[in-house]
Amino acid sequence: MRALVLLDPVDSGEVRWQGEVVRRDLIPAFRRQAIYLHQRPAFARDTVEAALESPFAFRAHRGRRFDRDRVLDHLRHLGRDGSFLDKRIRDLSGGEMQVAALVRAIQLDPAMLLLDEPTAALDAQTAAAVEELISGRVDEAPQRRAFLWVSHDQEQARRMTRRSLAVEDGRLTDGPW
Amino acid sequence: MQENELILLGPWQLVLAAGLILLNGAVSLMLKLGLERRLLVASIRTVVQLLLIGLVLEWIFFPGRPWYVVTALMLVMTLIAAGAAVRRTGYRYRGIWADSIVAMGASSWLIAAVALLGIIRPDKWYMPQYAIPLLGMILGTTLNGISLGLDRLGEELDTKRDQVETLLALGATRWEAAHEAIQRAVRTGMIPLINRMMIVGLVNLPGMMTGQILGGVEPFQAVMYQIVVMFLVAAGASLGACSAVLSSYLRLFSKDHQFLAERLVKRE
Repeated sequence: MRALVLLDPVDSGEVRWQGEVVRRDLIPAFRRQAIYLHQRPAFARDTVEAALESPFAFRAHRGRRFDRDRVLDHLRHLGRDGSFLDKRIRDLSGGEMQVAALVRAIQLDPAMLLLDEPTAALDAQTAAAVEELISGRVDEAPQRRAFLWVSHDQEQARRMTRRSLAVEDGRLTDGPW
Repeated sequence: MQENELILLGPWQLVLAAGLILLNGAVSLMLKLGLERRLLVASIRTVVQLLLIGLVLEWIFFPGRPWYVVTALMLVMTLIAAGAAVRRTGYRYRGIWADSIVAMGASSWLIAAVALLGIIRPDKWYMPQYAIPLLGMILGTTLNGISLGLDRLGEELDTKRDQVETLLALGATRWEAAHEAIQRAVRTGMIPLINRMMIVGLVNLPGMMTGQILGGVEPFQAVMYQIVVMFLVAAGASLGACSAVLSSYLRLFSKDHQFLAERLVKRE
Protein backbone atom coordinates (compact mmCIF):
# COMPACT_ATOMS: atom_id res chain seq x y z
CA MET A 1 0.00 0.00 0.00
CA ARG A 2 2.85 2.35 0.85
CA ALA A 3 4.39 1.62 -2.51
CA LEU A 4 1.11 2.43 -4.25
CA VAL A 5 1.38 6.05 -3.12
CA LEU A 6 5.13 5.93 -3.72
CA LEU A 7 6.07 6.31 -0.07
CA ASP A 8 8.44 3.38 -0.57
CA PRO A 9 10.65 3.05 -3.63
CA VAL A 10 9.02 0.77 -6.22
CA ASP A 11 11.28 -2.14 -7.11
CA SER A 12 9.65 -2.96 -10.41
CA GLY A 13 6.67 -1.75 -12.38
CA GLU A 14 5.13 1.68 -12.30
CA VAL A 15 2.30 3.53 -10.63
CA ARG A 16 -0.35 4.96 -12.93
CA TRP A 17 -2.94 7.46 -11.85
CA GLN A 18 -5.92 7.94 -14.18
CA GLY A 19 -4.03 6.18 -16.91
CA GLU A 20 -0.78 8.11 -16.65
CA VAL A 21 2.49 7.27 -14.98
CA VAL A 22 2.90 9.60 -12.01
CA ARG A 23 5.63 12.11 -12.76
CA ARG A 24 8.16 12.84 -10.06
CA ASP A 25 7.22 16.48 -9.63
CA LEU A 26 3.53 15.62 -9.46
CA ILE A 27 3.88 13.10 -6.64
CA PRO A 28 2.63 15.49 -3.93
CA ALA A 29 -0.37 16.38 -6.10
CA PHE A 30 -0.99 12.69 -6.68
CA ARG A 31 -0.83 11.97 -2.96
CA ARG A 32 -3.37 14.69 -2.41
CA GLN A 33 -5.71 12.71 -4.66
CA ALA A 34 -4.85 9.29 -3.28
CA ILE A 35 -4.41 9.55 0.47
CA TYR A 36 -2.86 6.70 2.41
CA LEU A 37 -3.83 6.37 6.05
CA HIS A 38 -1.19 4.83 8.27
CA GLN A 39 -2.21 2.17 10.69
CA ARG A 40 -0.52 4.17 13.42
CA PRO A 41 -1.83 7.71 13.02
CA ALA A 42 0.63 10.51 13.72
CA PHE A 43 0.08 14.20 14.26
CA ALA A 44 2.65 16.95 14.20
CA ARG A 45 0.50 19.39 16.17
CA ASP A 46 -0.83 19.72 19.72
CA THR A 47 -4.59 19.82 19.22
CA VAL A 48 -6.93 17.99 16.88
CA GLU A 49 -8.01 21.20 15.18
CA ALA A 50 -4.43 22.33 14.54
CA ALA A 51 -3.63 18.88 13.18
CA LEU A 52 -6.59 19.01 10.81
CA GLU A 53 -5.64 22.49 9.62
CA SER A 54 -1.97 21.74 9.03
CA PRO A 55 -2.20 20.06 5.58
CA PHE A 56 -3.68 23.22 4.09
CA ALA A 57 -0.28 24.86 4.43
CA PHE A 58 1.12 22.50 1.78
CA ARG A 59 1.56 23.70 -1.76
CA ALA A 60 -0.46 20.73 -3.00
CA HIS A 61 -3.52 22.12 -1.21
CA ARG A 62 -3.06 25.71 -2.26
CA GLY A 63 -6.31 27.56 -2.85
CA ARG A 64 -8.26 25.41 -0.40
CA ARG A 65 -9.13 26.28 3.12
CA PHE A 66 -9.92 24.47 6.32
CA ASP A 67 -13.70 24.06 6.42
CA ARG A 68 -14.71 23.74 10.06
CA ASP A 69 -18.40 23.12 9.34
CA ARG A 70 -17.61 20.27 7.05
CA VAL A 71 -15.25 18.75 9.58
CA LEU A 72 -17.92 19.05 12.29
CA ASP A 73 -20.30 17.29 9.93
CA HIS A 74 -17.91 14.36 9.48
CA LEU A 75 -17.27 14.22 13.22
CA ARG A 76 -21.01 14.12 13.93
CA HIS A 77 -21.27 11.08 11.70
CA LEU A 78 -18.65 9.42 13.85
CA GLY A 79 -20.39 10.30 17.09
CA ARG A 80 -18.10 13.19 18.08
CA ASP A 81 -18.97 16.85 18.66
CA GLY A 82 -17.08 20.12 18.38
CA SER A 83 -15.25 19.63 21.67
CA PHE A 84 -13.28 16.86 19.94
CA LEU A 85 -11.47 19.55 17.93
CA ASP A 86 -10.13 21.14 21.11
CA LYS A 87 -8.72 17.90 22.46
CA ARG A 88 -5.01 17.59 22.82
CA ILE A 89 -3.43 14.93 20.65
CA ARG A 90 -1.58 13.41 23.57
CA ASP A 91 -4.87 12.84 25.40
CA LEU A 92 -6.46 10.86 22.55
CA SER A 93 -7.04 7.14 22.78
CA GLY A 94 -5.95 4.87 19.93
CA GLY A 95 -9.49 4.83 18.56
CA GLU A 96 -9.82 8.62 18.77
CA MET A 97 -6.55 8.97 16.87
CA GLN A 98 -7.95 6.82 14.09
CA VAL A 99 -11.07 8.99 13.98
CA ALA A 100 -9.01 12.18 13.84
CA ALA A 101 -6.74 10.78 11.14
CA LEU A 102 -9.69 9.65 9.06
CA VAL A 103 -11.41 13.03 9.27
CA ARG A 104 -8.12 14.76 8.46
CA ALA A 105 -7.94 12.73 5.24
CA ILE A 106 -11.60 12.92 4.24
CA GLN A 107 -11.80 16.71 4.65
CA LEU A 108 -9.17 16.96 1.89
CA ASP A 109 -11.68 15.30 -0.44
CA PRO A 110 -9.39 12.70 -1.98
CA ALA A 111 -10.51 10.68 -4.98
CA MET A 112 -8.96 7.58 -3.49
CA LEU A 113 -8.51 6.50 0.10
CA LEU A 114 -6.01 3.79 0.95
CA LEU A 115 -7.00 2.41 4.31
CA ASP A 116 -4.87 0.05 6.37
CA GLU A 117 -7.15 -1.58 8.95
CA PRO A 118 -8.92 1.71 9.63
CA THR A 119 -11.25 0.30 12.26
CA ALA A 120 -8.71 -1.81 14.15
CA ALA A 121 -8.71 0.37 17.26
CA LEU A 122 -12.42 1.32 17.19
CA ASP A 123 -15.37 0.12 19.21
CA ALA A 124 -18.11 -1.66 17.22
CA GLN A 125 -20.37 1.38 17.07
CA THR A 126 -17.73 3.79 15.78
CA ALA A 127 -16.42 1.12 13.40
CA ALA A 128 -19.88 0.83 11.87
CA ALA A 129 -20.07 4.63 11.57
CA VAL A 130 -16.68 4.70 9.85
CA GLU A 131 -17.81 2.05 7.38
CA GLU A 132 -20.93 4.07 6.65
CA LEU A 133 -19.06 7.34 6.25
CA ILE A 134 -16.52 5.87 3.86
CA SER A 135 -18.92 3.94 1.67
CA GLY A 136 -21.41 6.84 1.79
CA ARG A 137 -18.77 9.17 0.28
CA VAL A 138 -18.20 6.80 -2.60
CA ASP A 139 -21.89 6.22 -3.20
CA GLU A 140 -22.32 10.00 -3.49
CA ALA A 141 -19.95 10.16 -6.46
CA PRO A 142 -19.03 6.64 -7.61
CA GLN A 143 -17.36 7.93 -10.77
CA ARG A 144 -14.97 10.14 -8.87
CA ARG A 145 -14.26 8.32 -5.63
CA ALA A 146 -13.00 4.94 -4.56
CA PHE A 147 -11.17 3.29 -1.73
CA LEU A 148 -8.82 0.42 -1.10
CA TRP A 149 -9.33 -1.30 2.23
CA VAL A 150 -6.89 -3.69 3.84
CA SER A 151 -8.61 -5.91 6.37
CA HIS A 152 -8.07 -9.19 8.11
CA ASP A 153 -11.76 -9.35 8.87
CA GLN A 154 -13.23 -11.29 5.91
CA GLU A 155 -16.79 -10.32 6.79
CA GLN A 156 -15.99 -6.65 6.93
CA ALA A 157 -14.05 -6.85 3.70
CA ARG A 158 -16.95 -8.52 1.91
CA ARG A 159 -19.42 -6.01 3.34
CA MET A 160 -17.36 -2.99 2.31
CA THR A 161 -15.89 -3.82 -1.06
CA ARG A 162 -16.99 -4.85 -4.53
CA ARG A 163 -13.77 -6.43 -5.65
CA SER A 164 -11.16 -8.27 -3.66
CA LEU A 165 -7.49 -8.99 -4.09
CA ALA A 166 -5.51 -11.45 -2.05
CA VAL A 167 -1.81 -11.33 -1.21
CA GLU A 168 -0.19 -14.74 -0.93
CA ASP A 169 3.53 -15.27 -0.60
CA GLY A 170 4.11 -11.72 -1.76
CA ARG A 171 2.06 -12.15 -4.93
CA LEU A 172 -1.13 -10.29 -5.66
CA THR A 173 -3.96 -12.45 -6.98
CA ASP A 174 -7.68 -12.04 -7.53
CA GLY A 175 -9.55 -12.70 -4.33
CA PRO A 176 -12.77 -14.61 -3.75
CA TRP A 177 -14.95 -11.80 -5.23
CA MET B 1 62.58 44.50 32.95
CA GLN B 2 60.61 46.81 30.76
CA GLU B 3 56.93 47.11 31.54
CA ASN B 4 55.66 45.81 28.24
CA GLU B 5 58.10 43.02 27.71
CA LEU B 6 56.82 39.47 27.35
CA ILE B 7 57.75 37.13 30.20
CA LEU B 8 59.22 34.00 28.69
CA LEU B 9 58.48 30.62 30.23
CA GLY B 10 61.03 27.84 30.56
CA PRO B 11 60.95 24.26 31.82
CA TRP B 12 61.22 25.40 35.44
CA GLN B 13 57.92 27.27 35.18
CA LEU B 14 56.24 24.18 33.74
CA VAL B 15 57.44 22.10 36.65
CA LEU B 16 56.02 24.67 39.09
CA ALA B 17 52.65 24.59 37.31
CA ALA B 18 52.70 20.81 37.23
CA GLY B 19 53.03 20.91 41.00
CA LEU B 20 49.48 22.20 41.13
CA ILE B 21 48.26 18.93 39.67
CA LEU B 22 49.51 17.27 42.88
CA LEU B 23 46.68 19.14 44.58
CA ASN B 24 44.16 17.30 42.41
CA GLY B 25 45.92 14.05 43.16
CA ALA B 26 45.70 14.75 46.89
CA VAL B 27 41.95 15.39 46.66
CA SER B 28 41.52 12.18 44.72
CA LEU B 29 43.48 10.19 47.30
CA MET B 30 41.76 11.78 50.29
CA LEU B 31 38.25 11.17 49.00
CA LYS B 32 39.18 7.84 47.35
CA LEU B 33 37.97 9.03 43.96
CA GLY B 34 40.28 6.64 42.13
CA LEU B 35 41.23 9.37 39.65
CA GLU B 36 45.01 9.38 40.20
CA ARG B 37 45.83 7.26 37.18
CA ARG B 38 43.55 9.19 34.85
CA LEU B 39 44.89 12.43 36.21
CA LEU B 40 48.44 11.33 35.52
CA VAL B 41 47.59 10.21 31.98
CA ALA B 42 45.67 13.42 31.32
CA SER B 43 48.55 15.57 32.56
CA ILE B 44 51.07 13.71 30.45
CA ARG B 45 48.82 13.94 27.41
CA THR B 46 48.44 17.69 27.93
CA VAL B 47 52.19 18.14 27.95
CA VAL B 48 52.96 15.78 25.06
CA GLN B 49 50.14 16.89 22.74
CA LEU B 50 50.80 20.58 23.25
CA LEU B 51 54.55 20.18 22.85
CA LEU B 52 54.02 18.31 19.60
CA ILE B 53 51.67 21.01 18.33
CA GLY B 54 54.28 23.52 19.42
CA LEU B 55 56.88 21.77 17.28
CA VAL B 56 54.57 21.76 14.25
CA LEU B 57 53.80 25.43 14.74
CA GLU B 58 57.45 26.37 15.26
CA TRP B 59 58.26 24.58 12.06
CA ILE B 60 55.45 26.06 10.04
CA PHE B 61 55.95 29.57 11.45
CA PHE B 62 59.55 29.57 10.27
CA PRO B 63 59.71 32.57 7.95
CA GLY B 64 59.35 31.85 4.27
CA ARG B 65 57.29 28.68 4.35
CA PRO B 66 55.61 28.44 0.96
CA TRP B 67 51.82 28.66 0.60
CA TYR B 68 51.36 24.99 -0.20
CA VAL B 69 52.88 23.84 3.07
CA VAL B 70 50.53 26.09 5.03
CA THR B 71 47.61 25.00 2.89
CA ALA B 72 48.44 21.34 3.41
CA LEU B 73 48.41 21.80 7.17
CA MET B 74 45.10 23.66 6.88
CA LEU B 75 43.68 20.73 4.90
CA VAL B 76 44.77 18.21 7.51
CA MET B 77 43.19 20.34 10.25
CA THR B 78 39.96 20.51 8.26
CA LEU B 79 39.80 16.74 7.76
CA ILE B 80 40.45 16.07 11.44
CA ALA B 81 37.70 18.50 12.42
CA ALA B 82 35.25 16.95 9.91
CA GLY B 83 35.96 13.48 11.30
CA ALA B 84 35.53 14.64 14.88
CA ALA B 85 32.16 16.19 13.98
CA VAL B 86 30.83 12.87 12.68
CA ARG B 87 32.20 10.91 15.61
CA ARG B 88 30.16 13.04 17.98
CA THR B 89 26.80 12.34 16.29
CA GLY B 90 24.42 9.67 17.50
CA TYR B 91 23.09 8.88 14.03
CA ARG B 92 24.80 7.73 10.87
CA TYR B 93 23.89 7.33 7.25
CA ARG B 94 25.86 6.51 4.17
CA GLY B 95 27.67 9.61 3.03
CA ILE B 96 27.76 11.36 6.40
CA TRP B 97 31.59 11.57 6.27
CA ALA B 98 31.54 13.19 2.85
CA ASP B 99 28.78 15.55 3.95
CA SER B 100 30.77 16.58 7.00
CA ILE B 101 33.95 17.17 5.02
CA VAL B 102 32.15 19.25 2.42
CA ALA B 103 30.25 21.25 5.04
CA MET B 104 33.36 21.76 7.14
CA GLY B 105 35.58 22.67 4.21
CA ALA B 106 33.16 24.93 2.42
CA SER B 107 31.99 26.93 5.41
CA SER B 108 35.21 27.31 7.39
CA TRP B 109 37.36 28.04 4.35
CA LEU B 110 34.89 30.59 3.09
CA ILE B 111 34.87 32.36 6.45
CA ALA B 112 38.65 32.11 6.73
CA ALA B 113 38.99 33.60 3.25
CA VAL B 114 36.78 36.52 4.18
CA ALA B 115 38.84 37.04 7.33
CA LEU B 116 42.25 36.81 5.68
CA LEU B 117 41.56 38.53 2.38
CA GLY B 118 38.90 40.98 3.47
CA ILE B 119 39.22 41.87 7.13
CA ILE B 120 42.64 41.24 8.63
CA ARG B 121 44.66 41.28 5.41
CA PRO B 122 48.14 40.12 6.39
CA ASP B 123 50.88 40.84 3.82
CA LYS B 124 50.45 37.37 2.42
CA TRP B 125 47.16 35.57 2.97
CA TYR B 126 48.92 32.39 4.03
CA MET B 127 51.08 33.95 6.72
CA PRO B 128 50.85 31.10 9.22
CA GLN B 129 50.57 33.16 12.38
CA TYR B 130 47.27 34.50 11.04
CA ALA B 131 45.97 31.72 8.81
CA ILE B 132 46.53 28.77 11.16
CA PRO B 133 45.05 30.04 14.43
CA LEU B 134 42.16 31.76 12.65
CA LEU B 135 41.22 28.64 10.74
CA GLY B 136 41.67 26.61 13.91
CA MET B 137 39.21 28.73 15.85
CA ILE B 138 36.69 28.68 12.99
CA LEU B 139 37.02 24.91 12.64
CA GLY B 140 36.45 24.41 16.35
CA THR B 141 33.05 26.07 16.41
CA THR B 142 32.04 24.83 12.96
CA LEU B 143 32.71 21.33 14.27
CA ASN B 144 30.23 21.98 17.06
CA GLY B 145 27.64 23.40 14.70
CA ILE B 146 27.89 20.47 12.31
CA SER B 147 27.81 17.73 14.94
CA LEU B 148 24.95 19.27 16.90
CA GLY B 149 22.97 19.91 13.72
CA LEU B 150 23.44 16.42 12.31
CA ASP B 151 22.74 14.78 15.62
CA ARG B 152 19.51 16.70 16.13
CA LEU B 153 18.31 16.10 12.57
CA GLY B 154 18.86 12.36 12.99
CA GLU B 155 17.02 12.35 16.29
CA GLU B 156 14.09 14.40 14.96
CA LEU B 157 13.65 12.23 11.90
CA ASP B 158 14.10 8.98 13.82
CA THR B 159 11.65 9.75 16.61
CA LYS B 160 9.15 11.51 14.35
CA ARG B 161 9.28 9.14 11.44
CA ASP B 162 5.53 8.47 11.53
CA GLN B 163 4.78 12.18 11.53
CA VAL B 164 7.03 12.87 8.59
CA GLU B 165 5.52 10.03 6.59
CA THR B 166 2.00 11.16 7.45
CA LEU B 167 2.76 14.61 6.10
CA LEU B 168 4.11 13.08 2.89
CA ALA B 169 1.00 10.91 2.59
CA LEU B 170 -1.17 14.01 2.90
CA GLY B 171 0.52 15.67 -0.06
CA ALA B 172 3.50 17.45 1.51
CA THR B 173 6.61 17.83 -0.62
CA ARG B 174 9.79 16.42 0.90
CA TRP B 175 10.78 19.92 1.91
CA GLU B 176 7.44 20.60 3.60
CA ALA B 177 7.62 17.28 5.42
CA ALA B 178 11.19 17.79 6.64
CA HIS B 179 11.00 21.50 7.27
CA GLU B 180 10.37 21.39 11.01
CA ALA B 181 13.11 18.87 11.63
CA ILE B 182 15.54 20.94 9.56
CA GLN B 183 14.61 24.10 11.42
CA ARG B 184 15.16 22.48 14.81
CA ALA B 185 18.46 20.94 13.72
CA VAL B 186 19.93 24.20 12.42
CA ARG B 187 18.72 26.05 15.51
CA THR B 188 20.38 23.48 17.73
CA GLY B 189 23.61 23.94 15.80
CA MET B 190 23.56 27.73 16.19
CA ILE B 191 22.32 28.22 19.74
CA PRO B 192 25.55 27.51 21.67
CA LEU B 193 27.31 30.29 19.79
CA ILE B 194 24.51 32.76 20.27
CA ASN B 195 24.60 31.96 23.97
CA ARG B 196 28.34 32.46 24.00
CA MET B 197 28.00 35.82 22.29
CA MET B 198 25.39 36.81 24.89
CA ILE B 199 27.68 36.33 27.89
CA VAL B 200 31.11 36.86 26.39
CA GLY B 201 33.22 39.00 28.69
CA LEU B 202 30.70 38.84 31.55
CA VAL B 203 31.49 35.44 32.97
CA ASN B 204 34.93 34.78 31.56
CA LEU B 205 37.37 36.37 29.20
CA PRO B 206 37.76 34.49 25.94
CA GLY B 207 40.98 32.51 25.74
CA MET B 208 42.24 34.27 22.65
CA MET B 209 41.82 37.70 24.16
CA THR B 210 43.46 36.64 27.40
CA GLY B 211 46.32 35.22 25.40
CA GLN B 212 46.82 38.42 23.46
CA ILE B 213 46.76 40.50 26.61
CA LEU B 214 49.32 38.20 28.25
CA GLY B 215 51.31 38.53 25.07
CA GLY B 216 51.49 42.25 25.61
CA VAL B 217 48.78 43.50 23.26
CA GLU B 218 46.80 46.48 24.48
CA PRO B 219 43.45 45.37 25.89
CA PHE B 220 41.49 47.46 23.42
CA GLN B 221 43.26 45.91 20.45
CA ALA B 222 42.71 42.47 21.94
CA VAL B 223 39.02 43.25 22.33
CA MET B 224 38.76 44.33 18.70
CA TYR B 225 40.35 41.08 17.61
CA GLN B 226 38.04 39.13 19.84
CA ILE B 227 34.96 40.80 18.36
CA VAL B 228 36.08 39.98 14.85
CA VAL B 229 36.85 36.39 15.83
CA MET B 230 33.50 36.02 17.58
CA PHE B 231 31.65 36.98 14.41
CA LEU B 232 33.87 34.74 12.30
CA VAL B 233 33.27 31.66 14.41
CA ALA B 234 29.55 32.40 14.71
CA ALA B 235 29.28 32.62 10.94
CA GLY B 236 31.27 29.40 10.59
CA ALA B 237 29.04 27.49 12.99
CA SER B 238 25.80 28.56 11.34
CA LEU B 239 27.07 28.01 7.81
CA GLY B 240 28.42 24.61 8.81
CA ALA B 241 25.24 23.51 10.57
CA CYS B 242 23.14 24.73 7.66
CA SER B 243 25.07 22.99 4.94
CA ALA B 244 25.54 19.73 6.86
CA VAL B 245 21.84 19.55 7.74
CA LEU B 246 20.77 20.34 4.18
CA SER B 247 23.04 17.77 2.60
CA SER B 248 21.88 15.17 5.07
CA TYR B 249 18.27 16.06 4.20
CA LEU B 250 19.06 15.50 0.52
CA ARG B 251 20.41 12.04 1.30
CA LEU B 252 17.50 10.99 3.50
CA PHE B 253 14.71 12.24 1.24
CA SER B 254 14.48 11.10 -2.36
CA LYS B 255 13.42 13.27 -5.27
CA ASP B 256 10.26 11.16 -5.33
CA HIS B 257 9.31 12.76 -2.03
CA GLN B 258 10.07 9.62 -0.05
CA PHE B 259 11.62 9.51 3.39
CA LEU B 260 14.35 6.85 3.19
CA ALA B 261 14.21 6.05 6.88
CA GLU B 262 16.17 2.83 6.60
CA ARG B 263 19.26 4.83 5.62
CA LEU B 264 19.33 6.44 9.04
CA VAL B 265 21.06 4.25 11.59
CA LYS B 266 21.19 4.95 15.28
CA ARG B 267 24.59 4.36 16.82
CA GLU B 268 24.91 2.00 19.74
